[in-house]
Amino acid sequence: MRRRRHRQRDDRRGAELTFDVLIVGAGHAGASVAIHLRQAGFTGSIAILGDEPELPYERPPLSKDYLAGKKGREDFRFRSAEFWAERDIRLIAGERVTTVHPSSVHCAAGRELHFGQLVWAAGGRARRLPGAYAIRTLADVDALKASLPGATRILVVGGGWIGLEAAAVLATAGKQVVLAESQNHLLARCSAALLSDFLLAQHRGHGVDVRLACGQLDPVRFDLTVAGIGIEPNVEPLLAAGADGNDGVLVDEFGRTSLPNVWAAGDCALHRNRFGPDRPVRIESVQNAADMGACVARAIAGDPQPYAALPWFWSNQYDLKLQTVGLSHDHDEVLVRGDPAIGKFAVIYRRAGRVIALDCVNNTRDYVQGRALIERGVRLDGALLTDADRPLKSLLET
Amino acid sequence: MPITVSVTTRDGRTKDLTAIAGRSLMENLRSGGIEEILALCGGCCSCATCHVYVDDQWLTAMPPMSEDEDDLLDTSGAREANSRLSCQIPVTPELHGLAVTVAPED
Repeated sequence: MRRRRHRQRDDRRGAELTFDVLIVGAGHAGASVAIHLRQAGFTGSIAILGDEPELPYERPPLSKDYLAGKKGREDFRFRSAEFWAERDIRLIAGERVTTVHPSSVHCAAGRELHFGQLVWAAGGRARRLPGAYAIRTLADVDALKASLPGATRILVVGGGWIGLEAAAVLATAGKQVVLAESQNHLLARCSAALLSDFLLAQHRGHGVDVRLACGQLDPVRFDLTVAGIGIEPNVEPLLAAGADGNDGVLVDEFGRTSLPNVWAAGDCALHRNRFGPDRPVRIESVQNAADMGACVARAIAGDPQPYAALPWFWSNQYDLKLQTVGLSHDHDEVLVRGDPAIGKFAVIYRRAGRVIALDCVNNTRDYVQGRALIERGVRLDGALLTDADRPLKSLLET
Repeated sequence: MPITVSVTTRDGRTKDLTAIAGRSLMENLRSGGIEEILALCGGCCSCATCHVYVDDQWLTAMPPMSEDEDDLLDTSGAREANSRLSCQIPVTPELHGLAVTVAPED
């Protein structure tokens, strides 16, 4: 695969193009695949196809600094246009793949692109509510920001990460925010009740009217509605082509799908995670997208290494810095380390006696030192783990 | 006056970049095409993927290190006395001539 094949052909009339590696999706996963392929010395032709008319950019600021006006549009591109050009990574923007064939894809606008290897890094699309703004793309947030000046009362639907981050930004901007969550606690999918309760108190303390176990509210009572109700993985064209999967596309430890020469990485990739439960999972995070992308790139470049990166995640709300390491799926025990009342603590998740994840609030030290506890799968006494005066690092030394 | 930063990448090559004041060193390295600077968290001090070594003569010109940065650097097996996270260094005209080296990948 290292040999340059000179297969890139630009037939202007037929608009037919061929790439040794065609990457579908211009987010963290897609960018990571391309960057790591070149770092590994891969000299074949590479293209990144994205469905937005944008240079590849990071999504996390959309619900944080970009929404808050602290970062401009050009402040969170992965790389400059020159960077991609210098490395001969072709960017094809504003194209969406509708059909996947054994060695080509068909785009919505009619274009046909041929590939040697296809990397599916198409992520997900926001679930949308009629009349509500979503927060998934730059265009989504530009539209939301354009209508904010005239809005006072804002309904945020969904008490997950995106809903909470948006509520924090909007409340800080002086808006009257009602946050409606259908479950009876915040972050219902992923966090312990203790963290949910802490965040609930924080948001209420900042003036957000949080309604739990909340049915549909009348949107007429609000100037605008923001929906943060999750994503649907963009995998339909792959599944239609026969790839295994359902809520995501199934991949092996190297990121290979069940289709020949087709790989997948990032939010849409259903995989068995070394740190997760004993079943395939999808992980929606920057870390997973970037590291899986790197894993796929190494395999394509001829140096396959099984995906084994430790998951981590972060969120910023008000002055709170939330950092998570590990995956808390199927935990059977929750411990608290430190004091939620002073706003600095960690929630430790265990399964069968082993530490599997930590949610850390304003507590980078435990976030950092907790990594080793998870990686080594150690069994430790709960009283030691919850003694906040004892550094987690020191527990491994005993 | 342009601010020049000299960057040595992992292959030992040194490249001079023109940096923009008011942006972090990480943002300048990244927009300057230093692909080894992953900066996965975008500069909010939640990872350690923008780790650099600061040339010793520039250490005193660096802003103080926060506890969070200190803790994050501890995740790196390549930490040295002159290690910094480049996202935590705002570029100012006083840093003209700064020399840094990209730390090895963990």
